[in-house]
Amino acid sequence: MSTLSDNTSDGIRSDALAAAVAQAARTRRYGSWYVAEHRFRVMRSYAQTVLFTAIGSPLVYLYAMGVGLASLVDGNLGDNAVNGVSYLAFLAPALLASSAIAVASEEFTYPIMLGFKWNPTFFGMNASSIQPGQIINGIVISVAARMLLTCAIFYVFMLVFGAVPGPFGFVAVLVALLTGLAFGALVMAYTATLKDDTGQLAMVQRFVILPMTLFSGTFFPLDVLPPYLQWIGWISPLWHGTELARVFAYGMPEPIWLSLVHVLYLAALLAVGWIWARHLTAERLNK
Amino acid sequence: MIGAVSTRTSGDLTVLGLDPNRYGPEIRSQVGVVPQENNLDMELKVRENLLVYGRYFGLPRARVARRADELLEFAQLADKASAKVDDLSGGMKRRLTIARALINDPRILLLDEPTTGLDPQARHILWDRLFRLKEQGTTLLLTTHYMDEAEQLCDRLVVVDKGRIMAEGSPADLIRRYSSREVLEVRFGSTQNAEVAGRIEGYGERVDVLPDRILVYSDSGENELERMTAAGLHPITSLVRRSSLEDVFLRLTGRNLIE
Repeated sequence: MSTLSDNTSDGIRSDALAAAVAQAARTRRYGSWYVAEHRFRVMRSYAQTVLFTAIGSPLVYLYAMGVGLASLVDGNLGDNAVNGVSYLAFLAPALLASSAIAVASEEFTYPIMLGFKWNPTFFGMNASSIQPGQIINGIVISVAARMLLTCAIFYVFMLVFGAVPGPFGFVAVLVALLTGLAFGALVMAYTATLKDDTGQLAMVQRFVILPMTLFSGTFFPLDVLPPYLQWIGWISPLWHGTELARVFAYGMPEPIWLSLVHVLYLAALLAVGWIWARHLTAERLNK
Repeated sequence: MIGAVSTRTSGDLTVLGLDPNRYGPEIRSQVGVVPQENNLDMELKVRENLLVYGRYFGLPRARVARRADELLEFAQLADKASAKVDDLSGGMKRRLTIARALINDPRILLLDEPTTGLDPQARHILWDRLFRLKEQGTTLLLTTHYMDEAEQLCDRLVVVDKGRIMAEGSPADLIRRYSSREVLEVRFGSTQNAEVAGRIEGYGERVDVLPDRILVYSDSGENELERMTAAGLHPITSLVRRSSLEDVFLRLTGRNLIE
């Protein structure tokens, strides 16, 4: 922020100015948190859904895939089916990362559309001391919190199902968070470009998220796929997140440089999506 | 632009002595905005809308809560505090939007067509609230298409047509300058108006022939009517009224339909 002294030469009535500067100072500093506060208040109105999906999905998926499907896989390939661990242990970190993606696909789409268009609360925020970039920050903060809660609950169920052989499994929760946010930030930026939803958001679900889940080494290692399909995994944040989560969950063998690539790739996507979304929001609100 | 959300294309602007391009949050901390379209948060309850909005200005929770209750009282919405926004009537939503705009004790309140689309009762309640604010020393800056609204609320008025300032002054001053004291409205039937018009040229200060009626601007409408009757003209209906801002507005901006 430019300092006050820059502007005193403009001949400013000092008391009015001082009041304005004092009142805006807190928002300049904490505005993102105030926006997050708003989102939390809204989330409270659908808290049941948040908790139900956070508890229900690990139960359903870990049981159906990890126990049901796993008995088939392990029955055919032996107890150390993939990477030398059980199929359940192989699958669980991928499902954990997918659960973060699921939160992202919910929270970074319709609420953005809502704020710009259906119930233009972003314009209301922008008429207060809040700045456009802070709106985006606040959304990222609030979604990160929900994602962290979801992933932590998921991880507890992984422990219950005995799907975490390694001692550093809990780090996979943070990896899942990074994965969800990296993907989500891009989706958020894309949503911010939409003037109207004529089905684009449903298309993202069907033609981006679903194929990504299928071809990101979630249910089977990427190298099982023919080479001409493997690129889907390489560009997919979910693949990078899943692989990294496996490294921590059961010590999947992987060269250290590749683990670094996962982190950097995800961080880069997050940065690009975040900055792009902030830019688009400023452009749209300050017209 | 005054609300420090739109960047100006050229020229200089200061609000409270500050440049909006650099001091947006500072200026907005001193301004309340009531936009033309309510953008209340439909996902939150009535009182929550105020609580959340107060926090955007960095106000402490306890202070926002106290202020929210005062404002609900002021906006006559205290019994609706925990209602859903969607369940409010148009007038109530408008009052809630105004209450929200006041949560930060703004020095200037910007209102964009505050009573458009409201029924007469709701308008009068709103005018009463706005007038009280004015009495308490809040500066109101409002745009309106309703000349009666401008007459009720404005100390100083600027008539703008196609982006150009046509006139400015107090309502009474504008009426004095751009209209007569009284207006005589007569109807001869739409087929006769044009014909009659020729015969009353020079009546009053000015004569306006409209498709459905003829307006004679004069210091005394009664005198003009007598003169008309004496000349053998008998209008179907006649009405003498005081000149209003609407006359000023139509005189300044013309009667052609502006879409």
